[in-house]
Amino acid sequence: MSDPATPAAGTATEAFVHGIRVALTSVFAFVIVFTYIGYGALAHDYGFSVGWAMLSTVLQWAGPAQVILVTGLGPGAIVVETAIAVALSSVRLLPIVVALLPIVRREDTRAWQLLIPVHFMAVSVWVEAMRHAPALPRAHRISFCNGVGLALLSLGTVFTAVGYYLQAALPALFGAAAMFITPISFLTSTARNARLLLEKAALGLGLAIAPALAFSGIGFDLLWTGVIAGTLAYGLHRLRRRGAAS
Amino acid sequence: MDPYLALILVGFLPSEVWRWLGIVLGRGLDENAEIVLWVRAVATALIAGVVARIVVIPPGALAGVPLSVRLVALGGGFVAFLLIRRSAFAGVLAGEALLIAGALAFGA
Repeated sequence: MSDPATPAAGTATEAFVHGIRVALTSVFAFVIVFTYIGYGALAHDYGFSVGWAMLSTVLQWAGPAQVILVTGLGPGAIVVETAIAVALSSVRLLPIVVALLPIVRREDTRAWQLLIPVHFMAVSVWVEAMRHAPALPRAHRISFCNGVGLALLSLGTVFTAVGYYLQAALPALFGAAAMFITPISFLTSTARNARLLLEKAALGLGLAIAPALAFSGIGFDLLWTGVIAGTLAYGLHRLRRRGAAS
Repeated sequence: MDPYLALILVGFLPSEVWRWLGIVLGRGLDENAEIVLWVRAVATALIAGVVARIVVIPPGALAGVPLSVRLVALGGGFVAFLLIRRSAFAGVLAGEALLIAGALAFGA
């Protein structure tokens, strides 16, 4: 899918509309449709209502955490454990917000004005925002992100309902294929955005150490993966920079 | 627990709190600050961790597909991405095609 040309984005509205266009022509339009058909069908399997399933997409907007919630809320579930599992699976939302805000925020932006824009933040929106926002005037970058986020969130919500009602008609393999689209799209889109050694190293090291940490039985393995692989990658970046300077 | 109350307490808040914390911690940081570079590396590593974790310890229906098929689909999708103009879309399609073909051939 090709990228729409970067417009002048002279007004906030133009930037917002540009964001919607970027979202709908992004690989993530396809990914979100596929993911949320699978999620809607899963919510149906587990006996939730269609309204609940759609609201969970609107409120959570984090695919892996939604799967944990739906499969973890069954009878006899330990609610606190499910809440912790949801929180641990969503840790990535913290660094993506911290990495994005300095790029999109203006000097006069107040914290409360960021509550809605950061709610849209998910890996899909982050990848497109990091890729396109720096080319836009700073004043309109948040509007652009809102356009991307609202378009993808709306698509996800509508296709949650579609999946819910299609559940009986979906082929047996659909659920597995829908769950696989998260890792393959995260991997390729993050690799596409990785221009610096810093990002390439973080991606490679994260892939390498995550399984070891997950199987080691250590708690908070995703969190450790992020901190350890991220810090090692940052260290490599520093070393290389020092080498280049001397 | 009422499912809507559970959605707020067990689904919404445990995810959303990270976004709110991001606003607090990201406050006043400069785009070119060293700490922002480190955070970007941590974010990327965490995304890689999610990728690896779903493939190695898959949830639900994906667990029915053999590990070897999942690994080949991820690796093959990545190679397709590299070969086909670094297109994420090409990588996703190739990875999915390999996963489905592998699952049909070797049992899902």
